[in-house]
Amino acid sequence: MFNFKHAKKSIDIIEQFLSLIDQGSLIFKDGVKNYLQGNHENFQDNLKTLSNLSSEADIKKREIENILYTQSLMPQLRGDILNLLEELNNIIDLAKTNLFEFDVEVPFIPSELNQDLIKLTELSVLAIDSLIPAARDYFVNPDSVKEKLHRVYLYEKETDKLASSIKRRVFQTIPQLKLSEKFHLRYFTLHIEILSDVAKNAADLLSIMALKRAI
Amino acid sequence: MTFALLYIVSGLYLGSLLGTNDSVNVFGSTVNLKMLNFKTAAFIASLFIILGAVFQGEGTTQTIHSLGNISEPVIAFSVALCAALVVLIMIKIKLPVSTSQAIVGGMMGWSIFIHATTDWNLLSKFILSWIFAPIIGMIVGILFFISMRWFLKRSRIHLIKLNSYLRIAMIFAIAFAAFGLGANNIGNVVGIFLNLSPDMYIDFGFFSIGGIQILFLIGGISIVIGVYSYNWQSVSDKGNGILSLAPETTVVVLAAQAVVLFLFSSSWLSNLLSSSGLPSFPLVPVSSTQIALGAVIGIGFVKGAREIEAKTLAGIGLGWITAPIGAGLLTYFILFIIHTVFQFPVSHENLQTVIKQPEIQNLAYHTPKLNMVLPGILFLSSIMILTLIYLFFRQQKLRLKAEKDILLQQNQLFQSEKAMNELEMRTFAIENESLNLKLQAKRKEFMDIALNISEQISFLEKISSGINDAIKTTDNEERIHRLTKLSLIIKQKMSFPQEKKEFYLQIEEIHKDFHLKLKTSFPDLTNLEKRLAGLLRLNLSTKEISTLLNISPKSVEVARYRLKKKMNLDKDKTLNNFINNL
Repeated sequence: MFNFKHAKKSIDIIEQFLSLIDQGSLIFKDGVKNYLQGNHENFQDNLKTLSNLSSEADIKKREIENILYTQSLMPQLRGDILNLLEELNNIIDLAKTNLFEFDVEVPFIPSELNQDLIKLTELSVLAIDSLIPAARDYFVNPDSVKEKLHRVYLYEKETDKLASSIKRRVFQTIPQLKLSEKFHLRYFTLHIEILSDVAKNAADLLSIMALKRAI
Repeated sequence: MTFALLYIVSGLYLGSLLGTNDSVNVFGSTVNLKMLNFKTAAFIASLFIILGAVFQGEGTTQTIHSLGNISEPVIAFSVALCAALVVLIMIKIKLPVSTSQAIVGGMMGWSIFIHATTDWNLLSKFILSWIFAPIIGMIVGILFFISMRWFLKRSRIHLIKLNSYLRIAMIFAIAFAAFGLGANNIGNVVGIFLNLSPDMYIDFGFFSIGGIQILFLIGGISIVIGVYSYNWQSVSDKGNGILSLAPETTVVVLAAQAVVLFLFSSSWLSNLLSSSGLPSFPLVPVSSTQIALGAVIGIGFVKGAREIEAKTLAGIGLGWITAPIGAGLLTYFILFIIHTVFQFPVSHENLQTVIKQPEIQNLAYHTPKLNMVLPGILFLSSIMILTLIYLFFRQQKLRLKAEKDILLQQNQLFQSEKAMNELEMRTFAIENESLNLKLQAKRKEFMDIALNISEQISFLEKISSGINDAIKTTDNEERIHRLTKLSLIIKQKMSFPQEKKEFYLQIEEIHKDFHLKLKTSFPDLTNLEKRLAGLLRLNLSTKEISTLLNISPKSVEVARYRLKKKMNLDKDKTLNNFINNL
């Protein structure tokens, strides 16, 4: 009736799930860097690892769903928690899809954009990195969630700014690119930038959840 | 005894209304939060309401009794009925109501009617208790809430674990609050019927209960009936209203409620405080709803948020005034009718003849004794055996269900794998078929090329030998004849009859759908017109078509005009567009 065993198990799985998302974001960053620097083998490795992490995260998420519903744990909060896990899972799914896009479409990226794109990836991944500790805190110390989430919003804003500047550079200051290449670059900038947007959505949800939990 | 039980029916009805009205404060939020299901919560609450009523109900009951010693059963019945009716009406019009206030109001109505001297000291105790109970509830709620918040912030317990701990805490809080409710509010149910307590006691072996406690037991059971007469849906709805709280707050509110009910009902605590020279709490029935709301308001103060709407507070205030006044007026009116219509002796003077002073302490522990040791043991043993059997079968059922679920899942997995394999096989078969078709087409193409080459060679050999023969011929006329013949053969060859036939066949094959539509839409087209339509579909120019059809461009134009006419096309529509969109 009190489900201490299942409670312990679900805590462990949630912890593992959050670690997977954290690792996924780092692998994504590494993958984009390797692509830009032309390390094809390393890029393929990153792709494979990220794909595995994403599948594993899916499995963990389903396991948590099963335990929370079958053992009637936290009936009043599980909806919110599962929504949060879904949002976090979206991040790693999106990271995997975006890295696959690099592999499939092989975008031509002029070397003068490399630094900017690496910076963009780092900012986007920083937004995710700041989200994970906040998500962890939601379970043990909801009062500190808000102060951790402001970093997510900051990085998301910075990512947006940098993405706009990259797009402007692509369309206005690199005339040698074909229009198709410019479009392609715009999409890939968007692919990287969107990770921070998803992190922001998760942060919004998390901040409401933390408010609900505040006693 | 049987008559006595008939008289206390109105009190028991009041008890069931109390159970309905107040049980929601005890476990409404818990059920609403889905922390416990209705069955479990109601069972725990019921058990502890009865325990509280039987073992600690005497203090408040005696206070109620001392407010007005109604010895005539019919009058007691009427007073309790009036209180119950007021409670019922207020429940129906959804006004918060306290059964304590209703019963005390009823007793005051009786007291005024018989011109009895009101014990203002005791009455003021009641009124002050009703005022202070919610305030104490608020203070206790604030203290508990601050302590819990402090503890939770420092302990950093994981939410999922905390949820399990809160479930346990809720069970204890429900039990404690239900015990307090039973102990404190049983006086409302049976307080005015004390004179009717049965003259017997029941021995359960390790404990025994006297006549008054049997009355408390019956009263407790009536409250439990009230608890169960409320269905889960209603509890859920009410939980969403006044007391829609977080699990942590629910535990605090329940604990505050339990503590305050205990303070106002524990004879032991009252004696302890009195013996220490401290002011003791009066043993007065108070409203659990008002205590709970006091606690919620207190928590709201701490959180800096208003937990209860002003409208709800106004409703409580209205109920606070309406319940006692309404019950008093109704009792007065009913007693007036009883007195004037039935000439029943309800005046104070007349009653002196029928009143017998209760001797509460002496009512208990008289014979006859009802020995319940053996039946009790048998009953408990049977319950235990039945529970064990039930648990065993439930476990088996759950195990079988789990196994069945696993098998079903495996079966589903197997089925989906099978479907996947079949799909793959089908894809492979389709791929093979298409490759075979491609292979056959290629083979045919090569055969055609080979045949064409050999035909071209034999044709050219024929021409070459013809030319040689013409060269060798000395007769000029014969040479011209032979050369003319060769020219004719070459011209015939240039019309490419075989190739054209192949070409048209292939066009028909590629545009199968188009030709089928053409045939069904315009069945009276000639072969030439069909060919023309096919060529137009390929977007060929008039000149190209004329070469392919071996006719002049002018004839092609005429044929196009005829085709357009046969297809009944308007002048503004072009034949090419129509054919391309067919």
